[in-house]
Amino acid sequence: MTAQGKQDTFKQRAHDALADPNLKIAIDRTTNTAQTKRTAAVDAFPEFQAARERGAAIKDHVIANLDHYLIEFERNATDAGAQVHWARDAAEAADIVTRICTAAEAKIVTRSKSMLGEEIGLPHALDDAGIERVETDLAEHIIQLAQERPSHIIWPAMHRTREDVAELFFKDHQPPPDADDPASMVASARRVLREKFMSADVGISGANFLVADTGATCTVTNEGNAELSTTPPRVHIVTAGIEKLVPSTDHAMALLRLLVRSATGGEVTQYTTFHCGPKRSGDADGPEEMHIVLVDNGRSRMVGDEFRQMLRCIRCGACMNHCVVYRQIGGHAYGGTYPGPMGAVLTPVLDGLPQSRDLPHACTMNGRCEEVCPVRIPLKTLLKAWRVRSWDSQQEVGTVRMGLGLWGHAARRPWLYHLGTRLALPVMRLFGRGGWIRGMPFASGWTRTRDLPKPASRSFMSQHRKYGNGGPQ
Amino acid sequence: MIENPRVGLFVTCLVDAMRPQIGFATIKLLEQAGCVVEVPRRQTCCGQPAGNSGDKAGAAALAKQVIAAFEGFDYVVGPSGSCIGQIRSYPKLFADPGWRRRAEDLAAKSYEILSFLHDVRGWSPTDVRLEASATYHDSCSGLRELGVQAQPRALLERVEGLELVPLEGANVCCGFGGTFCVKYPDISTAILSEKTANIAATGADILLAGDLGCLMNMAGRLHREGAATRCFHTVEVLAGMSDGPAIGEEDK
Repeated sequence: MTAQGKQDTFKQRAHDALADPNLKIAIDRTTNTAQTKRTAAVDAFPEFQAARERGAAIKDHVIANLDHYLIEFERNATDAGAQVHWARDAAEAADIVTRICTAAEAKIVTRSKSMLGEEIGLPHALDDAGIERVETDLAEHIIQLAQERPSHIIWPAMHRTREDVAELFFKDHQPPPDADDPASMVASARRVLREKFMSADVGISGANFLVADTGATCTVTNEGNAELSTTPPRVHIVTAGIEKLVPSTDHAMALLRLLVRSATGGEVTQYTTFHCGPKRSGDADGPEEMHIVLVDNGRSRMVGDEFRQMLRCIRCGACMNHCVVYRQIGGHAYGGTYPGPMGAVLTPVLDGLPQSRDLPHACTMNGRCEEVCPVRIPLKTLLKAWRVRSWDSQQEVGTVRMGLGLWGHAARRPWLYHLGTRLALPVMRLFGRGGWIRGMPFASGWTRTRDLPKPASRSFMSQHRKYGNGGPQ
Repeated sequence: MIENPRVGLFVTCLVDAMRPQIGFATIKLLEQAGCVVEVPRRQTCCGQPAGNSGDKAGAAALAKQVIAAFEGFDYVVGPSGSCIGQIRSYPKLFADPGWRRRAEDLAAKSYEILSFLHDVRGWSPTDVRLEASATYHDSCSGLRELGVQAQPRALLERVEGLELVPLEGANVCCGFGGTFCVKYPDISTAILSEKTANIAATGADILLAGDLGCLMNMAGRLHREGAATRCFHTVEVLAGMSDGPAIGEEDK
């Protein structure tokens, strides 16, 4: 979270995003492709619904037995030669990683994309410690050059068009690539990053799964950058949320089938790598030390409350690709690490509701996110649960509270409600011209951009009282 | 199947105030389908604005009122997937077992009008004519909470002379979202503008949907954009009541 992200408001960020035509082009290009490919992948997977049920059941089982699997994982990872660290919150996690880097006298650290790394503020922590940090995922490389944060959990630079990227590379890559040729751009990024891969002292990766019965961590990528970040350096650090646990490799594979189809529409990623401990004697390559930092940062609190189902999330991004709001405002407007519907549920857990009160409200409750969620997270219900907390903790805007209070007061008294309607309708009609109202006090939220149909001169209830079921003929 | 079920009409507050004709069209269809329709006077609002705003107590208070007004009927039917969806969710509002039981009983017999006509009554229109082309928007609550998707299309196909034109992104939200549209008007309008562009691209004369909130949203934007598309609730067409003014057209 940048300092700027804290100061400005969701509404302001959304407003700015809506005013940026390039952003819309960029989001449409990527999310339209993602939607089409996901649909095709799901259609071609006849057992998809059953796989979703199983995926949800696996995650629920792990969440209900988290302590058991954490202990099992720690034991097996330690037996394999890895060092396991526990971090209660973001600051502690970033501190552990930085201390490992410092102890290893690291000058260059390569980092493979991990949203958890963003969540714990790792980029800043490494920069503050004076360690050269190199983002190795192509999109993260773009983000690093642009000095931005990811705007999507699968495509961190999806808010940037190809043309934007060409401009960034042209400034920073020597020799500069041919801006009209994506292949030349990719080749120059590959050249720039290859040097760093080979000279890094420490490689940091995330993990898609932590396998309890082997102590292995599993990472999936399409670029191979995770392998290059974690194999050549002397030290490999994995940072992972504690909810990433699965009982066995088989369970990881079951979830992987859902993850890849939901995220990119592929059947499998280019690279699926299991890391189990550091280099052993006789191994040709691999790090000398492997550290695994298990991060709580609010997760164990979620286990005990209504947000526990959010811990099923496997970070595929399908919810944001299908969200009408995300598709208009992009990821940065959400202000936290995680955008879209899943972010709107998670960010209040991580940052606190007062800082992120808008997120659960800025949702039309259309339910498409949970329709596509591969592990059946009831996102709509969870967003409503935040709205209830927001209401109960008096965080609703005064005018909204008052408006709903008045509405409720009348609605609980049918005689008053029907009298109110009878009196209000003729008044509203005074603002109409033809059949429409173009502007009316207290209605600018509606009428600034759309007309309001003029209401009936007499309500249904009063017409029905007079004419009965047949209505006025 | 009950031969002549007693059906309580849930009018919805928008239909009550903005477009009573939808209420009368609903009654007409229910009667054609063999139902005895009554309109309880104690009804007002289903409590959705409170429920969606997080005011659980406010929503529960209105839920009790709806339960008390409607529990004596064989069925409760309303011309809105959104309000019926709210009624179906009443059991979640109550911890008290007595009220929860009553809420569950009501939820189990509450239906959105088109799914009721098609799925419960096996009714379809006869002798309804409309020479026009129409496109249909799937309102989100009906679609995803109640599975209203095939029924309106099946019923509309029986309207003679009516050509149904597919709408690109028919199952994508129009940006209404109840209070969302006035709390976040910029975002709402951006979503809505994509919807109206898709509607315009169909070239259809008429836009149909099953929820007046969504319809007012789309109709209001179409009118502001100068489009000639006429907007009706699906029941108005099925009841042969689409020869009068469309939404936003002046009464004669």
